[in-house]
Amino acid sequence: MNEQPKQFKWVGTRTIRPDGVDKVTGRAMYGADLTLPGMLEGKVVRSPHAHAKIISIDTSKAAAMDGVKAVVTAADMPLADPTPVASGEAMINLRDLSDNVIAREKVLYEGQTVAAVAATSADIAERAAALIEVEYEVLPHVIDVLEAMKDDAPVLHDYMFTGGIKPKPEKASNVANRVEFSLGDIEAGFAAADVVIEKNFTTEPVHQGYIEPHAVVADMGPDGKVDVFCSSQGHFMVRAFVAGLLKIDMSKIKVTAAEIGGGFGGKTTVYLEPLAVMLSRKAGRPVRMVMSRDEVFRASGPTSGAALTIKMGATKDGRITAGDATLYFQAGAWPGSPVGPAAMTAFAPYDLENVKVVGFDVVSNRQKVVAYRAPGAPISEYGVESIMDELASELGIDPLEFRAMNGAKEGTQAAYGVKFGTIGMQETIAAAQATEHYKIPLGPNQGRGVATGFWFNIGGESCAGIRINEDGSVSLTEGSPDIGGSRASMAIMAAETLGIDVNKVKPSVVDTDATGYAFVTGGSRVTFATGMAVVDASKAAIDEMRARAAMIWDVDVDGVVWEDGHAKPASTNVGDFEPMSLAELAKVANKTGGPISGHADINAKGAGPGFGTHICDVEVDPDTGFVTVLRYTAIQDVGRAIHPSYVEGQLQGGAAQGIGWALNEEYIYDADGKLENPGFLDYRVPVASDLPMIDAILVEVPNPTHPFGVRGVGEVPIIPPLAAVNNAVAAATGVRFNALPLSPPAILAGLADKE
Amino acid sequence: MSGMRYEAPGSVDEAVALLADANGAARVLAGGTDLLVQLRAGMISPDVVVNIKDISETHGITAEGGGFRIGASVSGAEMGENAALVAAWPGVVEGAELIGSTQVQGRATMTGNLCNASPAADGVPALIAGGATCTIAGPNGTREAPVGDIPTGPGKTSLGNGEFIVAINLPARPANASDAYLRMIPRTEMDIAIVGAGVNLVLDDDGTCTAASVVLGAVGPKTITVADAAAALVGSKVDDAALEAVKAAASAAATPIDDKRGTVAYRTKVAGVLAARAAAIAATRARS
Repeated sequence: MNEQPKQFKWVGTRTIRPDGVDKVTGRAMYGADLTLPGMLEGKVVRSPHAHAKIISIDTSKAAAMDGVKAVVTAADMPLADPTPVASGEAMINLRDLSDNVIAREKVLYEGQTVAAVAATSADIAERAAALIEVEYEVLPHVIDVLEAMKDDAPVLHDYMFTGGIKPKPEKASNVANRVEFSLGDIEAGFAAADVVIEKNFTTEPVHQGYIEPHAVVADMGPDGKVDVFCSSQGHFMVRAFVAGLLKIDMSKIKVTAAEIGGGFGGKTTVYLEPLAVMLSRKAGRPVRMVMSRDEVFRASGPTSGAALTIKMGATKDGRITAGDATLYFQAGAWPGSPVGPAAMTAFAPYDLENVKVVGFDVVSNRQKVVAYRAPGAPISEYGVESIMDELASELGIDPLEFRAMNGAKEGTQAAYGVKFGTIGMQETIAAAQATEHYKIPLGPNQGRGVATGFWFNIGGESCAGIRINEDGSVSLTEGSPDIGGSRASMAIMAAETLGIDVNKVKPSVVDTDATGYAFVTGGSRVTFATGMAVVDASKAAIDEMRARAAMIWDVDVDGVVWEDGHAKPASTNVGDFEPMSLAELAKVANKTGGPISGHADINAKGAGPGFGTHICDVEVDPDTGFVTVLRYTAIQDVGRAIHPSYVEGQLQGGAAQGIGWALNEEYIYDADGKLENPGFLDYRVPVASDLPMIDAILVEVPNPTHPFGVRGVGEVPIIPPLAAVNNAVAAATGVRFNALPLSPPAILAGLADKE
Repeated sequence: MSGMRYEAPGSVDEAVALLADANGAARVLAGGTDLLVQLRAGMISPDVVVNIKDISETHGITAEGGGFRIGASVSGAEMGENAALVAAWPGVVEGAELIGSTQVQGRATMTGNLCNASPAADGVPALIAGGATCTIAGPNGTREAPVGDIPTGPGKTSLGNGEFIVAINLPARPANASDAYLRMIPRTEMDIAIVGAGVNLVLDDDGTCTAASVVLGAVGPKTITVADAAAALVGSKVDDAALEAVKAAASAAATPIDDKRGTVAYRTKVAGVLAARAAAIAATRARS
């Protein structure tokens, strides 16, 4: 597969996005945009308590209200099997998922659903919801991860005994699981070190902050067939969860993927979809449900907050001798924090002989966490990259040079198990060192920080279909909801493979009845895996077109090659035939065997790991603690950028989210465990004016297992910003902070401690 | 929201009558940038919403007696586009222009900001520091009141039943006078002040401060006028020593609370920082 780079016609160009006009004209259909005849509006009743036993639910007043057509509670949902199902990078337990969709015996966080109503208007549904009487027995609650681990903490699940520990504990606790990854001998490693630094860090949970709230329209017919239209990162995931929770055959459920207004991992699970189906089944009418922003914050998943202890040692000449990390991750109300990937990625950017990482998955009375861009990695790598900076400073080595000296390369054994193949870690550091940004001088109260990041990227199941239409245009179908411009990339890869104009290819994400299974849009997998399926499907169509030309010319198919969108004789020995274009072959397809198509149903392997290096300049106001990000450069090995504008957008968007995580985003709970900032006013994602233009530098070290060299790109860029900002603030202030967010009050308090 | 009435009277008298009839269950609509958000969030459910934008007296920025009359329906954007107003009262204008975003500025009004009665209102401290008054229409005719008398606590005003503000009036300016407003938010826009500080001052020909007013926002249930800070400025050349004294006085006067937007310690310290900075800016403007 060691192909020489060749000139591509479409790959690497900035084609017009196929979804663009619909989105800017408002024609695009998002989750809440579908209206069906007779459609009802559904509303949810949510728990006002952080932790309580449900004594009784009386729905009679609501059910009796004029205009109310259905009321559901957990009694309407079958008891789910506690069987883990793959979703994104995590496994989901259907019993837990069922409880998160609608509470059965206990509520475990403020905002958890306890009942739902469908009525002829949203206003009636809302007033009916207010009439549902729920009697609770309030229980003591716990929010903080370290508090939840204490012996006297309120226990959320009396059946939960810490996994990963032998012998099995005798007492139930909030620690769901313990994981460990190790390599070499860390004690020997630390003994060989000249400098050892150990620090504790904390991070707050952060929400994905997608602009489109969760929204669904569901319609169940009297014969049990179900149509679902919703915004998600995987309509096959929605189908699987609705089928699993409501015990309906998958073949009876058709899910159509609406356009999606952001997901970032947060739409790899279901909240409203099963409720809307239950309400529709009861009412016999279509039901629409749309969350408010308040509900999005109170009832959909952020990623974990965490407490970390990181210890690293190095020799005077700059060689890291050992890395040790202990990670405590909030899972929310049920197990399943991303502590596993956090533990695996923690030291992965470096070639270390001695590593030990231990992680704990801890439940508390918070919203259940769900995937968020590179789940877990930004948190563990924030701690490691902050220590890296301090080590470099102690040793008097340039922080990028220190990273280059210890950076992973081809053949490096990672502590989590793999030996890296072709990777671009060193190339991103070299590119960072070569930037003008890294060299420009800084002023007073300004500082520069750098950090690297690593993410696995995944492949997985994808299907694609290429249909050659009678007029020579091409319909491309696949099943991966497009959250990052994947349709444009699919069209480019099909056009490049087929050798035709990209504008002749129309890419569509079609419903679950119209294409084969696709795993969720997550793990930075779609351009890699679904792209591979598109290339394979295009090749299958090419093979069919070669066969058609061979039939017309009456030659052996091996005598026909496909070049520049034409079937051609392989050599003059085959015969002297005029090449036939794709359009010409399409035109006569009815005389050569009928419609021409190509399909591929694959489980893509060999996703190329991704590495990035970021540079951040800040200025800190010493009197107010306000941090201004002056300049930011994100550098990443992207394998090969199919559509560079989209890839740059991924780097910029990831950096923006990471900067928000570093500076201002946090969940604030009151003493009763109720969320105090469920809105964008006080949950502060960065606004446009908060950020400089983020420079994106694409480094291309092609992934040898992909036909065009693609690596996933969407997740790596959210990893480095946390430490890059933290290190820049340390450089600007002379104070090393070890808790996020670096909000103005936190900075000012830190500066006061220094004095 | 069911049953809510919407009215758009064409005269002050009609508006007063509608408001008086509603007996407190009415809300005045000008820009609507607070009102509509509160309606949609279910925080308020008035019987009647009275749009005052069809009343000609609520429009326009007019020079009057050396000062300015700013109609209640005038948006922040209109204020920013009025060169004479910006030259005379840059602090008042920058306060009004900090409300919301560029889009919100096309609708949001300074009068609405005042009547929303948030202790954190960005439009208010510089108005109070500048000695602004408002013209209030009501069942008993028209009256004038200092801007600082309008908010009486978070979300509460001194306006009586049937009353609404028609315009805000800024007084005539002596020579070498200017103002400034600064606020602290954890980001750069689209937020609510954790601390706000408005300073208005007058210098003599030698650059010595002859009159000053320092007003803090968001560090108490109402704005706080810091007499000690003003006293520190008067008689000084607004030099570093005076600014240090302003800083200390403003921090001492602040009575903030701990809440999700900030801590007592942070707000207290930053109140001083912003007051001193705003004083320095106002002085620089007055000198030029």
